Amino acid sequence: MDQSGFADLKPRLVLTGITKRYPSVVANDDVSLSIRPGEIHAVLGENGAGKSTLMKMIYGVTKPDAGTIMWNGQYETIAAPAQARRMGIGMVFQHFSLFETLTVWENIALALDEPVPTAKLASQITEVSEKYGLPIDPYRLVHSMSVGERQRVEIVRCLLQEPKLLIMDEPTSVLTPQAVLILFKTLRRLAAEGCSILYISHKLDEIRALCDTATVLRGGRVSGTAIPRNETNESLARMMIGGELAECRLAPREAKEERLKVERLSLTSPDPFGTSLKDVSLTVRSGEILGIAGVSGNGQKELMTALSGERLSPASMIKLLGQPAGNLNPAQRRAVGLTFVPEERLGRGAVPPMSLAQNALLTGARKGMVQRGIIHPSVMKTFSKNVIERFKVKCGGDQSVASSLSGGNLQKFIVGRETMLQPRMMIVAQPTWGVDVGAAQLIRQALIDLRDQGVAILVISEELDELFAISDRLAVIADGRLSPSVKPAETSIEQIGTWMSGKFGDRADDRAASANAHLETANAQA
Amino acid sequence: MNPIVPMIASTVVAATPLIYAALGETVVERSGVLNLGIEGMMLIGAVTGFATTYATGSAALGFLAAACAAVALSLLFGFLTLNLQTNQVATGLALTLFGIGLSAFVGYNYAGLPVNRLTPITIPGLTAIPVVGDLLFHYDIMVYLSIALFVGVQWFLTKSRTGLTLRAIGESPSVAHSIGKSVLKTRYLAVMFGGAMAGIAGAYLSLVQTPMWVEGMSAGKGWIALALVVFGTWKPTRIVVGAYLFGGVTQFQLFAQGFGLPIPTEFLSMLPYAATIIVLVIICRDPKTILLNQPASLGRSFHSAA
Repeated sequence: MDQSGFADLKPRLVLTGITKRYPSVVANDDVSLSIRPGEIHAVLGENGAGKSTLMKMIYGVTKPDAGTIMWNGQYETIAAPAQARRMGIGMVFQHFSLFETLTVWENIALALDEPVPTAKLASQITEVSEKYGLPIDPYRLVHSMSVGERQRVEIVRCLLQEPKLLIMDEPTSVLTPQAVLILFKTLRRLAAEGCSILYISHKLDEIRALCDTATVLRGGRVSGTAIPRNETNESLARMMIGGELAECRLAPREAKEERLKVERLSLTSPDPFGTSLKDVSLTVRSGEILGIAGVSGNGQKELMTALSGERLSPASMIKLLGQPAGNLNPAQRRAVGLTFVPEERLGRGAVPPMSLAQNALLTGARKGMVQRGIIHPSVMKTFSKNVIERFKVKCGGDQSVASSLSGGNLQKFIVGRETMLQPRMMIVAQPTWGVDVGAAQLIRQALIDLRDQGVAILVISEELDELFAISDRLAVIADGRLSPSVKPAETSIEQIGTWMSGKFGDRADDRAASANAHLETANAQA
Repeated sequence: MNPIVPMIASTVVAATPLIYAALGETVVERSGVLNLGIEGMMLIGAVTGFATTYATGSAALGFLAAACAAVALSLLFGFLTLNLQTNQVATGLALTLFGIGLSAFVGYNYAGLPVNRLTPITIPGLTAIPVVGDLLFHYDIMVYLSIALFVGVQWFLTKSRTGLTLRAIGESPSVAHSIGKSVLKTRYLAVMFGGAMAGIAGAYLSLVQTPMWVEGMSAGKGWIALALVVFGTWKPTRIVVGAYLFGGVTQFQLFAQGFGLPIPTEFLSMLPYAATIIVLVIICRDPKTILLNQPASLGRSFHSAA
């Protein structure tokens, strides 16, 4: 620990032997952790490793079954978030805890323990947000803000209470690469002022770039501690998943005939908080994967509903296997050979209270499960058992209820179901969101295998690394518009990041825009 | 005499119970709870208020008792939906049916008995002014209190910190819980407030509008109050406008029937309902207004995972 440079400071927070049991799972088992003033401490682990549960106990949302929490040298029982805030603990949640129909200052006022007059609070918000390079307008309604701006609101809300410990739960999953850099500046500045930061993530590069120390969790237990900058991604991943990280390979392949063609698709979003699609054109050919990057809320959901057939458009705007399909409903599009994995697993991808076998029936009815209107349970069961086996879905069998599976396991089942329907064209939204590293690799490999069999695949994702790894071509969606597509080898994370903020056009413009973005970044930091 | 002045005066009296019931329900729904039991609570309020005033001679005690009785009923609703997390729609409907039955049972011996009507107050100097005095300064105290209630609810929802918490809970109880707000407590208080207002609305029917007890005398006004809340997009101003509109058209069609206009009475009786709904649908036709004002968690049970 001496290398970390905090050896002379007394720990601010010490957790000893923290254990939390839920009816079906032990979320934390004998977890110990210590963090000093000014230290940025990573809590690293796969989904379901128990990171969030641990943080919830520090923030007083849930109580540990065993173990002690020592704060500034004194044993404490943290009974409620309000108490945690009074002690000086702030938390920025992964899924924002903001109220969309309220303004920024109203959202912040709600979290304060003492009422503050509006005007005074607004000026405080402006002051703090400018000091840390996070400009926000206190009178704006939250629903009109981008995800990055919402995160600023969350952070400013914490900073107003001058926290001694700030917990950041997967803060970068929603940010553009440029916004990540700004966030890191802010966090380093906070740490320099003596604030301790607990940084939860599974992104190894970020942790190595930002954090002083790390505690790695696996299956609810501490599987190691490390100084991240002395480690490699491989060594951290080994601690995190307990094995080697498989690489997926994308062999060059000649794309063949067009399977999906979207021409100048414009659709107004029915949701006032949604994004309208503007003049979107794209093609996906047999045997290629087209990746669409973008910060969430830029039209991905709307594109998905237009392509799946949940929303109809003029017939000629969408061509599926050469035939006009814009006016076909989802079932008709599936009959043509399209399958899709929506972003929302519960409610769109699967029916929560139904068993896995029944969920397989929902989209697989054509594969011999239903004949002359009669369900053949044996075909249905065999099919779902095959999916469970091939995609290593952890569950109690094909009769398990969909909502009882963890997000990652359910995703494996849904992706498995859709790939085993032998599609000719497949659309996947957020294939590995919330899925642990091992399973994510499995899903990506399955998509690549499918591509090698000549299926055309469209992947909409927020994970840039993933898109660079599995795409033959990449495009970016920003504010409902789609950028031109490029080969991953011919572009860079920086360029895609610039595109993600909506600055694309022809190449010359890009360079100018990119320079502007750097200037803005520099200004924000100043 | 000009029929306009008495028509407006009776409009105000017709609208007042709707204002109480609808503003109470607005607060309840803004906290994310849908209580469809207004009709039942109004009837219980009507019979309790009547019986109390009949026994004591005091209208004030009557209104107080009506409010208490309806609060008791709303607590039953709160216990079922908030603690036991029963379905709010089904529980609310059951509450209405229960209220109808219980009020008929309790009020059986009170049917046809007389009680003194709550008299309009006179303000020296003001009430005597011709026309203006009759229009503005010649109502019973509950009318003026309903205006105060409107101002209070409007202020509470838009300006006060507790009102902000209430709206936040209505939008997302889980987020509110995670920042340390007590969802259960706030929702209980809201449900009780809604109950009290429904009780007062009921007592206004049996002590002011028609000073007697008649079985089922609320005649669907609880449902109208509910519709006002929805079509008024949970905004007190629109709800009050809607209530006066409904009261106005009700009185207009009564006068029209009295004048013997050559229009079928069935059509005239239908007018208030049709006019109110059409007008309110027109004002709130913008889907954005609805989405911004409709409590997102309306009607959904909440239980903390902790």
